[in-house]
Amino acid sequence: MSYQLPKFRHPDLPVNTLGYTRADYEGAISTLCAGCGHDSISGAIVRACHELALEPHRIAKLSGIGCSSKAPTYFLGKSHGFNSVHGRMPSVVSGANMANRDLLYLGVSGDGDTASIGMGQFAHAVRRNLNMVYIVMNNGCYGLTKGQDSATADAGSASKKGDPNPFSAIDLPGLALQLGATFVARSFSGDKGQLVPLIKAAISHRGFALIDVISPCVTFNNNPGSTKSYDFVREHAEATGTVDFVPMREEITASYPAGRTQDVTLHDGSVLHLEKLAPDLDPFDRVSAMVALQKHSAEGQILTGLIYMDKDSRDLHDVMETSRRPLNSLTEEDLCPGDKVLANINASLR
Amino acid sequence: MNPTDIKNPEYFHKVVDCQYACPAHTPVPEYIRLIAAGRYDDAYMVNWESNVFPGILGRTCDRPCEPACRRGRIAKGEEPVAICRLKRVAADNKADISARLPQIPAQKNGKRIALIGAGPASLTVARDLMPLGYDIDIYDNQFAGGGMMRSQIPSFRLPASVLDEEVGYILDMGVVTQFNTEVTSLKSVLDKDYDAVFVGTGAPRGKGLNLPGLEEAGKQVHIGIDWLASVAFEHTTAIGRRVLVLGGGNTAMDCCRTSRRLGGEDVRVVVRSPFADMKASPWEKEDAMHEGIPIYDNHVPKEFVVEDGKLKGMHFEKVEAHYDENGKRSLVPTGEDLVFMEADDVLMAIGQDNAFPWVERDLGIEFDNWDMPVVDKATFQSTNPRVFFGGDAAFGPENVITAVAHGHQAAISIDLFCKAEPVSNRPAPMTNLLSQKMGIHEWSYDNQIENDKRFVVPMAPLEETLRNRKLEVELGFDVGTGFKEAERCLNCDVQTVFDTPRCIECDACVDICPTDCISFVENAEETELRTRLSATAGNLAQDLYVSTELPTRRVMVKDENVCLHCGLCAERCPTSAWDMQKFLYSVTKAGQ
Repeated sequence: MSYQLPKFRHPDLPVNTLGYTRADYEGAISTLCAGCGHDSISGAIVRACHELALEPHRIAKLSGIGCSSKAPTYFLGKSHGFNSVHGRMPSVVSGANMANRDLLYLGVSGDGDTASIGMGQFAHAVRRNLNMVYIVMNNGCYGLTKGQDSATADAGSASKKGDPNPFSAIDLPGLALQLGATFVARSFSGDKGQLVPLIKAAISHRGFALIDVISPCVTFNNNPGSTKSYDFVREHAEATGTVDFVPMREEITASYPAGRTQDVTLHDGSVLHLEKLAPDLDPFDRVSAMVALQKHSAEGQILTGLIYMDKDSRDLHDVMETSRRPLNSLTEEDLCPGDKVLANINASLR
Repeated sequence: MNPTDIKNPEYFHKVVDCQYACPAHTPVPEYIRLIAAGRYDDAYMVNWESNVFPGILGRTCDRPCEPACRRGRIAKGEEPVAICRLKRVAADNKADISARLPQIPAQKNGKRIALIGAGPASLTVARDLMPLGYDIDIYDNQFAGGGMMRSQIPSFRLPASVLDEEVGYILDMGVVTQFNTEVTSLKSVLDKDYDAVFVGTGAPRGKGLNLPGLEEAGKQVHIGIDWLASVAFEHTTAIGRRVLVLGGGNTAMDCCRTSRRLGGEDVRVVVRSPFADMKASPWEKEDAMHEGIPIYDNHVPKEFVVEDGKLKGMHFEKVEAHYDENGKRSLVPTGEDLVFMEADDVLMAIGQDNAFPWVERDLGIEFDNWDMPVVDKATFQSTNPRVFFGGDAAFGPENVITAVAHGHQAAISIDLFCKAEPVSNRPAPMTNLLSQKMGIHEWSYDNQIENDKRFVVPMAPLEETLRNRKLEVELGFDVGTGFKEAERCLNCDVQTVFDTPRCIECDACVDICPTDCISFVENAEETELRTRLSATAGNLAQDLYVSTELPTRRVMVKDENVCLHCGLCAERCPTSAWDMQKFLYSVTKAGQ
């Protein structure tokens, strides 16, 4: 068993505008099961952050408890990290984000951490439009405690040692849409071509960005009869369209065929290029997104890709009109400007 | 691309860069692991079976394996494993291996073979044929076996004791030696009714430069290889204070370093070509410069300057190298004044030629336009089916390890010929592919990649080695350093073997591979496919390993170029679609 990655990397690894290679965004070697979908998601996060040329020290990765929540150890080894209490990651992000709005907050959670113990926390982070990326590594089971059904396990789906699940599943994208989420996407750990641009778009989005990533548990939930196995997801995934992400700094060089394509400029100036959109979905219309989700679900399909985005999203800081400067950088002088200023304020109210 | 046929033994053989580059295809990683395990006898025997002279080659090999070594290209500044000097570690630390040498049958097979020349090629033929029951006579004009290894390689690089030991292993098999015997007629040998004759007489004629003043300079101008032989046989014991060595190959390096030991104080190497183009191995150039010998490149010798019947020095013309678009070099004079260098002696080491004045031209042996015998590249048979050639005698000057490779193949041919079988029936190599799995994520090879830089071989103090021509300069790795250097080996013979039906396309191998070797992509033609991978596969000398089509209509493509053979793909594979399997490839020898 190898506990260390060799230090050697491909000698021709591409270097981003900061002079970093992908290796600079890696973390420790994974201790998850061999073949775990979570490792692929970690790989996609590494790629997205490298390609966006993010400074590792400007990122905070936060998680709760579970296999998913162990994962942040395995990427972005040079970023800030907080492995919090079960289901309480959104509260920690809220606090951190309020104190320092300048960091990029990357929350990593699982189906148990989000849809069971952390459900209340999740709901309120969504409705407040907290500026963060919220990735759910969703395997439909409790992998860390030997594979019991989780709240996102589909009715009728059976894990390796289990009976068909008698309860209906919580659909996180559907729930998030209802709670007012401003960026909702679903993807699959086995499809980096789709996942990487979605992560990049979520990072550039201002506000709460949910990516529900179906991530098969190879050990307990990758068997025939499970709706979260590699085979089942590959057979039943239906993409909303392809997503291409062009960072602000780069010129759009690719030429796209005319037709069902759409370019969206994000808050930070990046461009999201959507192509071959499903005819029944307008990803900028919440109702259309909700209908499409329900429709595909009823047909036994798993809708993946960008499901909904609010182009005019205002995050929690915008709504609360907080200081542009991060609160943690405000000094006593800034916060208690003295009698003269107080007198002015009082005078303005007379 | 079509799926890779891993059943073809050459596919995985090529992945083992060192072994593939070695003319004798010595299983390098196999013996390096044995050295790391402290099994020096076993490591020595793996070598001995394949290259016959581990102790000699561990000091003097041209080491084509090292430039090929994968370790040298996995990162900038990373150097190949010191394969050659590790071989010496096995030779230095082995116990008495005589009991492990092949048994020589008391009952002979009745076939008699003559070997002309007792150099590495002939000795290899003897080594392969003696255990099969052949009677072998070996002829050489020197007083002992070894050929150019004895006459041209100086003792400070190869001590006589090492040479005697390894030549002895073969001669002691019962070879009948006819030393101090110059063969002056091949016909006379053929007339002795040998069943086959092998010519391994090397490339014995040193080239000279016929420049103005040569005749007058007379005795102060020497042919390099003749002079080295004369030193080795102790006919020459001194040289002048100022010595010019002309030439840029390894013989020139041996000449200049020997001169330093025989009284040369101002010894210079003067070479026509630029320093980088010199034929000498980089390490031999370094060793010469370490001994205070400057190398003057881009100097073309023009004339010997002789005054009062005595050599004063030489004139050289300064040139510049120009390369045309095909890379062809021309040396263009710079127009500067001729450079004069003083000299008491001049050694010419500008190349050597084959010479067969002793081969009669009516024996059915065809000679080509360059007066070289026509020899089959695979069987080493000449146009007289009873006569075989090998080593430098076959295709011109090469090196010891090439001569050994020739010897093995010629022995196969001679054996087939004596059994009246067609010599074109070349035996297939012996291969074996064996899983290294010991348990979940446990391997029977050391898959951890060490970060050490290449270790430097320690040397004896310069002032001592320059005083004593026979004192070996290199001390060899001690056991501890040898272990550490052995640990740098990437075990490229432990192959990544992919079993398509087991793959569930979870991407775990792609994510874990530290050097981005693995991709799952849509298939395409090779040039296109090489650009589609996780990291562009720009090294065209390295193959792509392509699987059959997967359920998602994609294929697995692995670029072999910088694979560390760390086994992480197989460790992270949930279904054992990847496995680490040790590939052993050995060239089949005569009678096997």
